[in-house]
Amino acid sequence: MHALACRALIKRYGDVVALNGLSLDVHRGECFGMLGPNGAGKTTTVEIFEGLREPDSGEVEVLGERWKGDGIALRVRLGIQLQETKFQDKLTVAEVMALFRSFYPRGLDVAEALTQVSLDEKAGAQVRTLSGGQKQRLSLACALVGDPEVLFLDEPTTGLDPQSRRQTWDVVQAYKARGRTVLLTTHYMEEAAQLCDRVAVVDHGQVIALGTPRELIASLGAEHVVEFSVSGDGALGDDDVRALPSVEHVARENGVWRVTVREVHRAVPALLLALAERRLEPTHLTTHHATLEDVFMSLTGRRLRDG
Amino acid sequence: MASAPLQYKVRSALTELTLARIRELTREPEAVFWVFVFPILLAAILSLAFRSRPPDPLPVGVVNGPQAAARMAALSGDSGLRPRLLASEEAAQALAQGHVVLTVDSEGTPHYTYDPTQPDSRTAFLLVDAALQRASGRTDAFIAKRIEITKPGARYVDFLVPGLLGMNLMGTGMWGIGFSLVVARNGNLLKRLIAAPARRSHVLGAQLISRLLFLVPEAGTLLVFAHFALGVPLRGSLLLLVAVSLLGALAFSGLGLLTAARPRTIEGVSGLMNLVMVPMWIFSGIFFSTERFPATMQPFIQALPLTALNNALRGVMLDGAGLSSMLPQLALLAFWGIVSFLIALKIFRWQ
Repeated sequence: MHALACRALIKRYGDVVALNGLSLDVHRGECFGMLGPNGAGKTTTVEIFEGLREPDSGEVEVLGERWKGDGIALRVRLGIQLQETKFQDKLTVAEVMALFRSFYPRGLDVAEALTQVSLDEKAGAQVRTLSGGQKQRLSLACALVGDPEVLFLDEPTTGLDPQSRRQTWDVVQAYKARGRTVLLTTHYMEEAAQLCDRVAVVDHGQVIALGTPRELIASLGAEHVVEFSVSGDGALGDDDVRALPSVEHVARENGVWRVTVREVHRAVPALLLALAERRLEPTHLTTHHATLEDVFMSLTGRRLRDG
Repeated sequence: MASAPLQYKVRSALTELTLARIRELTREPEAVFWVFVFPILLAAILSLAFRSRPPDPLPVGVVNGPQAAARMAALSGDSGLRPRLLASEEAAQALAQGHVVLTVDSEGTPHYTYDPTQPDSRTAFLLVDAALQRASGRTDAFIAKRIEITKPGARYVDFLVPGLLGMNLMGTGMWGIGFSLVVARNGNLLKRLIAAPARRSHVLGAQLISRLLFLVPEAGTLLVFAHFALGVPLRGSLLLLVAVSLLGALAFSGLGLLTAARPRTIEGVSGLMNLVMVPMWIFSGIFFSTERFPATMQPFIQALPLTALNNALRGVMLDGAGLSSMLPQLALLAFWGIVSFLIALKIFRWQ
């Protein structure tokens, strides 16, 4: 059974089409990631699932139910973290937790929720004294304190340092290990790769690819990416590069070539030879394992983080 | 912090939301100052400026001449006058510069020089003339009995304190509610509370409840100070005064809610707050009576909620008015409160 499902969502803000027929299924017990650049429609989709926005058209089901009225009976089964929440500066961490706990008929003890996000020692501290990472974990604890069946995380680690990001991941993984469902949005490919069982790549309000991180990378047909740029008078065409051994895909952006290859040790010597024949100097040459970012680039021709 | 497992008490949602609001306010020193200290400070300063005191004696000049000593002696006998001897060449200048309000010469029938358009000058003329007439042998036909009114209840400070109380109820009601709602909206907190899921009625209800709870110490400190330190009377019933204050606080809470129903930023709500409050600061009779404005403006002035509140507060405190005579004002306050509350609920922006 699906924890979350939506069909053919359309949402416009004035002339801007935020969602253009987006459909998704999230299974119970999985961590599902929506990966895409800013403005792709991730937050709009999540907020429609959360019942905070209404689609112009399309169907939404959450735990087998539809949003109607204030939806409180459904909401108490969900944990919702918004992209950014400024809690009351002058309240202590424990007071904020008690406030959020009071909205749920059942759930965790305040102390238990604080332990889950490693904020026990900050229980008596006022919110204004917390670091960015601690505030983010407080926000996570407020979403967890009702012991939800589904947890919504909208860019949970944006702007956090690597250590805080890792702590957040640990909390999400522990929650998932209890068989609960997570829907998260991110534009960090490592986050999606680390946490998610399945990932939907979203662009311009549509799902353009769907699968496990491994499947998506495998869909490139090659595991490695060679990036290079050249200087010199000679001409190098896409077809010249495509003709090299083990090359799967060729893209060029701002003078930087990105070539997806099956085997680096066969492709690179042939590439260097081809450049020399054409009197071209490689000014930059790197290779790396293909990532979700490369998947996004091969699908859209753009980088995820371009803004 | 103890090492034993900590237990945190979780109360009902409405209680937690109200507590959060009270904690926020009491942990903000500026808020405590504006709510509790400022009105007392203002009342104390204004009562100092408008304190009751005997009128200053009027300075008058006697121009030097043959009878100067006799005239000085005659005028010194009147406590309302402070005569001084002037050389003939300085007399005109002393008058022009306002060092004296009248001069009289010292030979034969008195010649008075004064400005009849100045009240002090005119008064001095009457006093000086009477003193000199008496010194020359005039006897008074009768000595009138005089009643001098400087008793509490008719002073400026008595008029002022109910106005300050009304102004304070307006300010804290509007700012207390408006500011915190807009901050919460701006920081996504309102949206998060609703998503969490807090009930909308609880979120707004907690604002009203905390407002009414704060009313007690806030109005209380000002009234206790005014009553015991300044001698401002309470001629009507205390219960009625509490009821009027409560209704006023609710009316302005409703207006605060309405003002804060849409704006996303503090700048936005500040502008709106001023738009709503400044006319009432001017027209609603805080510092001076509304009757100073022309009759054509009165329908507008009397419809303002602060005018109704100030009139009702003055009625209870100064005139000892009962409930029945204040029904129009109380109905007007209730109307403002209910209508603005209902509109606010309709148009409220939660995210």
